Amino acid sequence: VSDQPPDLSSKGKPRLLLMGQRRSGKSSISSVVFHKLPPSETLFLESTARIQKDTLPSFMDFQVWDFPGQIDIFDNPTFDIDAMFGEIGALIWVIDAQDDYLEAVARLNVTILNLQRTYPNIKIEVFIHKVDGLSDDYKLDIQRDITIRIQDELCDHGFENAPVTFHLTSIYNHSIFEAFSKVIQKLIPRLGILEAMLTNLCRTCRFEKAYLFDVLSKIYIATDSEPADMASYEICSDYIDVIIDVTEVYGSWPRTQKYREALEGPPWNQKIEDQVASGCAESCMVLSDGNKPIILREVNKYLALVAIMKEDSYDKMPLVNMNVEVVVQGVKEFFEITKPK
Amino acid sequence: ELKKPKKKKVLLMGKSGSGKSSMRSIIFSNYIARDTRRLGATIDVDLSHVKFLGNLTLNLWDCGGQEAFMENYLSQQRVHVFSNVGVLIYVFDIESRDVDRDMATYVSIISALTQYSPTAKVYVLIHKMDLITPHAREAVFVDRVRLVRQKTSEFIQGAGYTGELDLIPFATSIWDQSLYKAWASIIHDLVPNLSVIESQLGSLGVLIEAEELLLFERTSFLVVSNWTSEEGQNNPTGDRQERISNILKHFKQSISRFTGTPRNAEQFTLMEHKAGSRFSMFACKFTTNTYLMVILPPGEARFNSAKLNCQIARESFKFLDGPVTPGQSYN
Ligand SMILES: Nc1nc2c(ncn2[C@@H]2O[C@H](COP(=O)(O)OP(=O)(O)OP(=O)(O)O)[C@@H](O)[C@H]2O)c(=O)[nH]1
Ligand SMILES: Nc1nc2c(ncn2[C@@H]2O[C@H](COP(=O)(O)OP(=O)(O)O)[C@@H](O)[C@H]2O)c(=O)[nH]1
Ligand SMILES: [Mg+2]
Repeated sequence: VSDQPPDLSSKGKPRLLLMGQRRSGKSSISSVVFHKLPPSETLFLESTARIQKDTLPSFMDFQVWDFPGQIDIFDNPTFDIDAMFGEIGALIWVIDAQDDYLEAVARLNVTILNLQRTYPNIKIEVFIHKVDGLSDDYKLDIQRDITIRIQDELCDHGFENAPVTFHLTSIYNHSIFEAFSKVIQKLIPRLGILEAMLTNLCRTCRFEKAYLFDVLSKIYIATDSEPADMASYEICSDYIDVIIDVTEVYGSWPRTQKYREALEGPPWNQKIEDQVASGCAESCMVLSDGNKPIILREVNKYLALVAIMKEDSYDKMPLVNMNVEVVVQGVKEFFEITKPK
Repeated sequence: ELKKPKKKKVLLMGKSGSGKSSMRSIIFSNYIARDTRRLGATIDVDLSHVKFLGNLTLNLWDCGGQEAFMENYLSQQRVHVFSNVGVLIYVFDIESRDVDRDMATYVSIISALTQYSPTAKVYVLIHKMDLITPHAREAVFVDRVRLVRQKTSEFIQGAGYTGELDLIPFATSIWDQSLYKAWASIIHDLVPNLSVIESQLGSLGVLIEAEELLLFERTSFLVVSNWTSEEGQNNPTGDRQERISNILKHFKQSISRFTGTPRNAEQFTLMEHKAGSRFSMFACKFTTNTYLMVILPPGEARFNSAKLNCQIARESFKFLDGPVTPGQSYN
């Protein structure tokens, strides 16, 4: 036990620890997912020399710690292991699938065994990374091989039920966001309530699929009970990007006072705020394929609801908007109640 | 019988691997940047007639850049390739190791061009700028353009060429919006009736109290024409047109992945966004060949009335889909 005062600012904030071999892609992952770096620009990232701690302003203020590649935390007296793993969180172990991974797996095994003895509740998420460019068969082969190597080792030491999960990821597509979504969802208390709200909304409004997104990272933190598929997640996530980008271009500069006054004058004669139907962003697009609408509704600074509607249902938008409004209020209350105090 | 005027060519030239076919595939065939890694070297000339607006077909010559082909264009095929050129787009790979040789080839091409098409416009694209670290890009670009200009004027003086040769340089990459900036500018010079389009957009913009109107060609999503209100001109984002082209084009591709429909198919009919009391926007299918994007001040009633007015305005823009009228020029 450390005799330093605990760091209160990070108390209760879930922590994601990114570890793995040097050049496995840890810094790329955190830059792409949390700082919107275009994947192609990760080529310019420099090697990480010390732990990079990021507190991310988001719906649940989690922290991401990016570790330098070759550090062995259990073998290094300067690390306060308890401060590191004492909080709830997940260890994300990144393995470069395009490289020889035996050493990475061996180090991961040592780490898991060390953790299981003291912090059995830390979730261990293995990102089998850089799978872009690998064939589907090959990906599955690698995943199988790595899984077996880890499970065998754990069994040998009597930890059959260690909480280890595997994800195939790449920064060049949505798989990295999907993987983070799954990791984060495990850290949300009473996730089931959110899921039930979305499932109900889908039923009432005849939506095909609804996602609640963390807007900045584009991690989805809840969805309805229909199985999440990559295709619908991608389109919803890309739609958020479009809206963010368009808003940045046209919504981020101040209009002149004179202009505003003219807009509030005849023929409208109303304050701008009274001319709009909602203070929050509302968006909708209609696909040519089956006239299917996709809607987006801002919940607050961090969260947005995105849903795919059934064919030809644009006419029902007014009714849909009313139902969505109710759920948005519900989501806001949920986060008021479950907020760590 | 009236003879159709011969269409002016758009020549796309530059060293092999410099990225010519990649750009063309992204702009006109809706490839995504990543897919261009699969393109093979172009053999000889890849000719395509890209139907742009109803009355504008681009006669695009993608000229394979391997040395043997280049020599051939300059010798046996010289007249065939270099006559009747409206625009030459010359592509330099910024990562090229043999800059001297690139410049020598470029000068030979310019020499053939000025011989057979002295009025052709020349666009110089310094390409693959993404491979240069962001803070050095501007300097590297300026430097390379200076070199190209120097080589060009050396040629002009040496050859005693009396015409004018006006280079229009762009820094480009298939990985960002810079590509759209260059190509929108190239296209802009080729669209007929531009002044009519511009004045009609202006009247529509004023009528609906818009801040900005962007008219896109529907396949390439290049901006054909635009109008900006006095207030809208205060928008500090100078590269917004190409950014929006890039954004919508990318999104079109995600829709195509989602629906499983071909990339070149129409992907959406309407997009609306109301950003609270900041601004509103809609983008809709406009005429057969175009999309219109409208940026408005906030307000529900203003939004609905603008949408209605754009529906009505469609009629007066129908000429954008019109067939080729005999005798029309393409330059
Ligand atoms: N990094 C980077 N690569 C690019 C860019 N544009 C094209 N490339 C790559 O360059 C390679 C060659 O591109 P092509 O378009 O086939 O080259 P080309 O000029 O048509 O070559 P030839 O047909 O032989 O004359 C491809 O692997 C592209 O992916 C760019 O802007 N940046
Ligand atoms: N092909 C591919 N390359 C990646 C991916 N993620 C990261 N990389 C590359 O891997 C290299 C090392 O990444 P970096 O984040 O510095 O590794 P770190 O040492 O673990 O932080 C960089 O050149 C990245 O561009 C991926 O998903 N696919
Ligand atoms: Mg080619």
